[in-house]
Amino acid sequence: MSKLIGGVLGPVGHGRGGVSVAHNKNTAELPVERMPIPARVVLPMQQHIGAPCVPTVKVGDTVAVGQVIGDTDKFVSAPIHATVSGKVVAVGDVKLANGLITKGITIESDGEMRLFEGLEPPKVTNRQELFAAVRASGLVGLGGAGFPTHVKLNTPPDKKIDTLVINAAECEPYITVDYRECIENSKNIMDGVYTLKELLGIKNVIIAIEDNKPKAFKNLKEIADLDNDRGDEVKLMVLKSRYPQGAEKMMVLSATGRRVPPGKLPADVGCIVMNVGSAAFVARYLATGKPLISRSITVDGSAIANPKNLRVPIGTNIQDIIDYCGGFKADPRKIISGGPMMGVAICDTNAPICKQNNAILAFADRKGTVKRERACIRCGRCVEVCPMGLMPTLIERYARIRDVDGLTHSHTNVCMECGSCAYACPSGRPLVQYMRLAKQVLREEGAK
Amino acid sequence: MAKRLTVSASPHVRSHETTTGIMLDVIIALVPALVMSAVYFGTRALALTAVTVGSAVLCEYLSRKIMKRDNTLGDLSAVVTGLILAFNLPATLPLWMAAIGSVIAIVIVKQMFGGIGQNFVNPAITARIILMMSFPTAMAKWIVPFSSAWSPDAVTAATPMAVLAGVTGGDVSAVEGLPSLTQMLIGAHGGSMGEVCSVALLAGALYLLLRRVISPAIPFSFIGTVAVIMLIAGKGNLQFLAYELLGGGLILGAFFMATDYSTSPINRKGRIIFGIGCGLITAVIRLFGSLPEGVSFSIILMNILVPHIERLTTNKPFGYEKPEKKKEEAQA
Repeated sequence: MSKLIGGVLGPVGHGRGGVSVAHNKNTAELPVERMPIPARVVLPMQQHIGAPCVPTVKVGDTVAVGQVIGDTDKFVSAPIHATVSGKVVAVGDVKLANGLITKGITIESDGEMRLFEGLEPPKVTNRQELFAAVRASGLVGLGGAGFPTHVKLNTPPDKKIDTLVINAAECEPYITVDYRECIENSKNIMDGVYTLKELLGIKNVIIAIEDNKPKAFKNLKEIADLDNDRGDEVKLMVLKSRYPQGAEKMMVLSATGRRVPPGKLPADVGCIVMNVGSAAFVARYLATGKPLISRSITVDGSAIANPKNLRVPIGTNIQDIIDYCGGFKADPRKIISGGPMMGVAICDTNAPICKQNNAILAFADRKGTVKRERACIRCGRCVEVCPMGLMPTLIERYARIRDVDGLTHSHTNVCMECGSCAYACPSGRPLVQYMRLAKQVLREEGAK
Repeated sequence: MAKRLTVSASPHVRSHETTTGIMLDVIIALVPALVMSAVYFGTRALALTAVTVGSAVLCEYLSRKIMKRDNTLGDLSAVVTGLILAFNLPATLPLWMAAIGSVIAIVIVKQMFGGIGQNFVNPAITARIILMMSFPTAMAKWIVPFSSAWSPDAVTAATPMAVLAGVTGGDVSAVEGLPSLTQMLIGAHGGSMGEVCSVALLAGALYLLLRRVISPAIPFSFIGTVAVIMLIAGKGNLQFLAYELLGGGLILGAFFMATDYSTSPINRKGRIIFGIGCGLITAVIRLFGSLPEGVSFSIILMNILVPHIERLTTNKPFGYEKPEKKKEEAQA
């Protein structure tokens, strides 16, 4: 185990890119607490990128923890499991935190948390068995995107993968669940890392952590050093704390120096990037056979009475979680599901936590979250900070006049909506919103 | 829940930088030079500044009102334009002419093209050029520092650039009427009220660079290009080079006017090309033109070229590779 120092964010050709955002990791030293079993959970059938699941239970059925209640035969998808034991009381439309309405299953808990019979550690000896097991576990990217992990791992045979990058950057402000994972479950992480490395036949593993988390680094290094006899193929890397260091393409660049071309995936340059929590989950699942039924979230923000890191059953109502944290100490003006840079502002707390949610943040004032919108002064800050080397202000102009040629030539679809441009804009322009509008224009015109 | 929740697109945190803050930084950076011009040209310099700033603000307010657009006085950009315009004028200029300059800058150049960020040439420079053409005598009345600019028969003096225009081959030692280099540095010589004191301007420029309001790309490539050409033209005479760099509006132009966001390219590559272009035109006008000074013209000419420079220098996205392989395949 050796230590690499490096990870200057940003492509050399376009300046450094990215922005320095106040970390606000207020909950870093709060151990993850288990929340009591909620009275009911709502489990949407779509908690991932890809095809939605179809309910496999009906109203009145009795279900146990870990039982599959939704699945599909589509490849890009992940099954949904019951996260409490009890009775199915509703199957139908449910509203998600972001306002979307999707099919979901409501389970009333009997408070027993009875495990589903037949949950046992899967037998995994080769790649195919690993993919099948990861799919059965219902795992999706826990870092926020929610891409089914078995799809990510199952790279086409013509793409030679030589590096597994474990993403522990956690560059979003406030969120500390990955950090807590490194502190509390570092053994799981390393187990997961070695299992994945061996089963996937990947030569190098790089675990990347931002330099504002020295304790997490130390912790992982201590455990990793015990395995020195396994060779020097797992490396720990300290990255500069700069947003969006944890974005997949940035991560690949910082960890390996490789650049993922527009429209391509890390696999195209021989890398798989995986969130640190996902790696730890793989180890736990292979040891216990317990699928993805709960997850850690950070609850913080100026309106929350007692900020906490919590482990909650998936499907728990957001309002229940906030109440468990002492409720609001001030009237919330903005509530965010996820981090402040890429999270979604929600309009109703009566919605369930999904697999990919990593934080609930509630703020008592709008100050600092919105800026007065003025005309663009062409200062070029958005161009300077864009980690993808785009020209956001130009794309905004093209989007407003629906100029498809301009949008295409500006490589609009390369944008990952990290929000650096809008963060830096002195004129308070909602650039991410314009980026989404621009992509919408391209979709609409492409469909014609 | 008592109050309604705000729902908006991410990000939900924003930097503290604002347009108003940026303009305020520019104003702060201009203060030392303003103080020095008051030292050299007396209260007349302050009166002239008050007139340009006041009329610029008034023009901005009225034109927004008449066009039924929102009031943009709060962004302070009109104040900056007024200040920079004053810096470009002789301290003796009749006040009503200065006010006309503000009208040209704000109403015609800025607001008629859509207001802040939309003008395609620098408002203050355009106003200065139009004033120079309309009132050539008044716009070329350079008084000796410390003589009262209020009095109609103040002693006038040629600017160092006008004196230098007669020099060939770079030998400045025998030239009469040139101020010393120290005088050039502290600004005790004839010239526009804000351009004379190089030290004060450089202090302001340093402030802007440190505050990251301006990027070094334009001023350094601009001044660097002028320096290289003047070194060649002066056959390596460093004294001549120093006069060329400190004289005229080069420092004011390179740091405060060529860096205007609206009228300069948006990325670094474009900014360097823009700066080199400004430097080239300035040097060519100074060396071969009939005008003694060329900073204003160089900036305005390059302003016009900005859209073309930008078209040539658009950023390539992260990881972008030129699609060469496809061509080879097509040929094969």
